[in-house]
Amino acid sequence: MLFVWQIGEFILSEIVRVENLKKYFPVQKSFLEQLFTRKMSYVKAVDDVTFSIKKREIFTLAGESGCGKTTTGRLIVRLLKPTSGKIYFKGPDITKLEGEKLRLLKRKMQIIFQDPYASLNPRMKLGDAVGHPLEIHGLAKGEEKKKRVLDVLDKVGLTPPEQFINLYPHQLSGGQRQRAALARSIILNPDFIVADEPVSMIDVSLRTTIIDLMLNFRKELGLTYLFITHDLAVAKYISDRIAIMYLGKIIEMGNKERLFLNPMHPYTQALLSAIPVPDPERKRITIELGGEVPSAINIPPGCRFHPRCPNKKDECAIKEPQLIEIEKDHFVACHPS
Amino acid sequence: MPFLEIDSLAVDYRTGRGAVRAIEDVSFSLDKGETLGLAGESGSGKSTLGLSIMRLVPYPGVIVKGLIKIEETDILKLPEHEMCQIRGRKVAYIFQDPMTSLNPVKKIRAHFAELIRTHDPKTSEKEANERAKTVLKNLGILAERINDYPHQFSGGMRQRIMIGLAIALNPGLVIADEPTTALDVIVQAKILDLLENLRKIYGLALILISHDLSIILERCDKIIVMYAGHMVEYATSTELHRDPRHPYTQGLLRSIPNIELSDQKLSAITGSPPNMLNLPKGCPFWPRCSYAMETCQVNEPSLIDVGGNHLVRCFLYGK
Repeated sequence: MLFVWQIGEFILSEIVRVENLKKYFPVQKSFLEQLFTRKMSYVKAVDDVTFSIKKREIFTLAGESGCGKTTTGRLIVRLLKPTSGKIYFKGPDITKLEGEKLRLLKRKMQIIFQDPYASLNPRMKLGDAVGHPLEIHGLAKGEEKKKRVLDVLDKVGLTPPEQFINLYPHQLSGGQRQRAALARSIILNPDFIVADEPVSMIDVSLRTTIIDLMLNFRKELGLTYLFITHDLAVAKYISDRIAIMYLGKIIEMGNKERLFLNPMHPYTQALLSAIPVPDPERKRITIELGGEVPSAINIPPGCRFHPRCPNKKDECAIKEPQLIEIEKDHFVACHPS
Repeated sequence: MPFLEIDSLAVDYRTGRGAVRAIEDVSFSLDKGETLGLAGESGSGKSTLGLSIMRLVPYPGVIVKGLIKIEETDILKLPEHEMCQIRGRKVAYIFQDPMTSLNPVKKIRAHFAELIRTHDPKTSEKEANERAKTVLKNLGILAERINDYPHQFSGGMRQRIMIGLAIALNPGLVIADEPTTALDVIVQAKILDLLENLRKIYGLALILISHDLSIILERCDKIIVMYAGHMVEYATSTELHRDPRHPYTQGLLRSIPNIELSDQKLSAITGSPPNMLNLPKGCPFWPRCSYAMETCQVNEPSLIDVGGNHLVRCFLYGK
C-alpha cells in the first residue's frame, strides 16, 4: 500500500505509517489501593495517533513536556511495545516483529537522544562507541570497521578523525558529543532517524551546525527524519510538516507554512503566541490559557483540551473531535464553530 | 543614584589546576524599575555574576577585584551578618530549578514563615501567614494553598512560589537566573509576564539571566552579552537588535530562529566555546571570529563606547 506523489524533483513515497497507535503505562498502586480497587489506572502517554512520513521528509512532533512526543518516537523505533495500533515501515507491519527480524529492522532505523552527556558510554573511546553498531550487527571488524568509523566521523565534521577516535567523551564539548551521536546513528546506513530533541542541550551558537548536518545527510544519504522538539522556532526552521500534540493526541498537523500562517486549533494558537520573538520592537500579545496541562491519568472527557479552551462549546465536553482535513495537507481536531 | 553599581568586578575560581578567571572587568549600573538581561552561553559567567551581587559565589570562587554598591553601600566591605540583612531585603535571587529550591518536607507557609521571621523576629506566625497569603494572591495562587507541600504544585506554580519568596520582603532588586528554563513555553510566557508586572507594581530593578537571547531581547531594557567571563557588549535591547557590533553578538543573533520570519537562513558560530582553564591569549573570542586580526591574538581589547552608551569590547571599533 504505497502512496506515491511528486514534490519538486523527488518522487516521494511513504516510509513510515502509524495507525491508531496507543501506549498506556500502568500506574503502580500502593498495597492498600490494590486491596480495595480492582480497576487498573493508566498513564495514557500516546492515545490514538495516526500519521505518515514521506521519504526524505522531516516530520516534526512538537508539544509541551508530557504530551507523548518522545514516547511516540520510541514506539516507532520499537524501543517500547505499543499497547495497540500499527506501525508500518517501508511497507510491512513491524509492530509485532521479534528477535532476529527486529534486529535486522533496527539497522534501518536509528535514534538520536537529547542528552549527549548520557548517550555515550564514558568508558568507551569515541572510535569504539561509534563503531559499536557495526560489531553488534556483525557488519565489519578490524580495519574495515576503522575505515568506516573514520569516514563517518569525517562526515560529521569531527576532523581530523584519526585524533577523535582515541578520545573519551569527557574530552569533548557538548556539540562534539552530539556530532559523535549523529555519526553513530548513520554508520549502519539507515533510512530513517528519530531525532529526539537533538539540539536542546547544546549551546545556541552551535545548534545550527547540528541542524545543518542533519539537513545535509538528508540530501546526501537520502535520510528521513522524525524530529521531536518542544521548540517551535527550531521546528519551523527544520521541518517540512509538523504535528502538534496535546495529552497524547495530535490536535493539529500539516505543512509548516500553512500551520504557522493559519493555526486553527486554539491550543496551537496559544502555543505560537507564547513563543518569544527575538525582536524588542515587536510587541506581541500572548493568548491566555487557563489552568495547566491535566494529568495523563485523568484525561478530560470529550475534547481533552476543552477545560482550558478559550472558545469551548457545549459539545466539546461530550464529543471527542477527529482530525479533519480543512485545507490541503492541513488537519485539525476541533469542533467547527 | 543608581540602585546597583558594579565597577571592574573580577571573580576567580581557585581550582586545583590553577585560578580560573570566571568574571573579568565587568562594570554597569542599574536603576530601579529597569530590566537588565545577561545573555551568554554556558560557562560565560552569567550566573557567577548574578551570585556575586548576593556575595554567594560558591567555593572555590572568590571576588578578587572591583566594587559592588547597593544603594551607595559597598557590600564587599560588609561583615557577613550585615550582608544577611541585604540578602532577601535589598536583593533577592530566583534560581533556575524550582523543584530543588523548595524544601520538600516543609509546607509553603513554613517557607514564608522562615523567611519573614528570620529577617523580622518580632513577627508572629499569624502575621507571617497573613503576609504569605497576600503575596500568593498577587501571584495568582489561592491563599489556602499555603498549607500544601511543594510536590502538590506543578512546575510553573512552584516557580511562582519562588518568585513570591523573592519579593516577600520587598527587595529593590530581583535577580532571576534562568527562571523559565525548566518550564514549557506557555508557562514560561506567564512567568515572564508576572515578573514584568511585579517590576512595574513594586518598582523593582530586575536582572534576567538567560541563555535564550529571544527572551532577553523581548523582555529587557538593557542587555549585557557575556563571553568567557568578559562583558563583550552592552546596549539597550533595541540598539543591540538593530545594530549589534561585536562579532560574537552578531553571530548569536544569526543563530537564533525567529518564528515570525519565513525562509530564514541561520548560521552557526564556528568553533566551540573556550575552555576556561586555558583561555586563548588576547581577545578570548578571536579563534572563532571571522574578523580576527593580528592584534586580537596578542592584546586584550577594552570596552569602547561606540555612541550613546553602547559599549563594545572589540578592536574593530575606536581609534
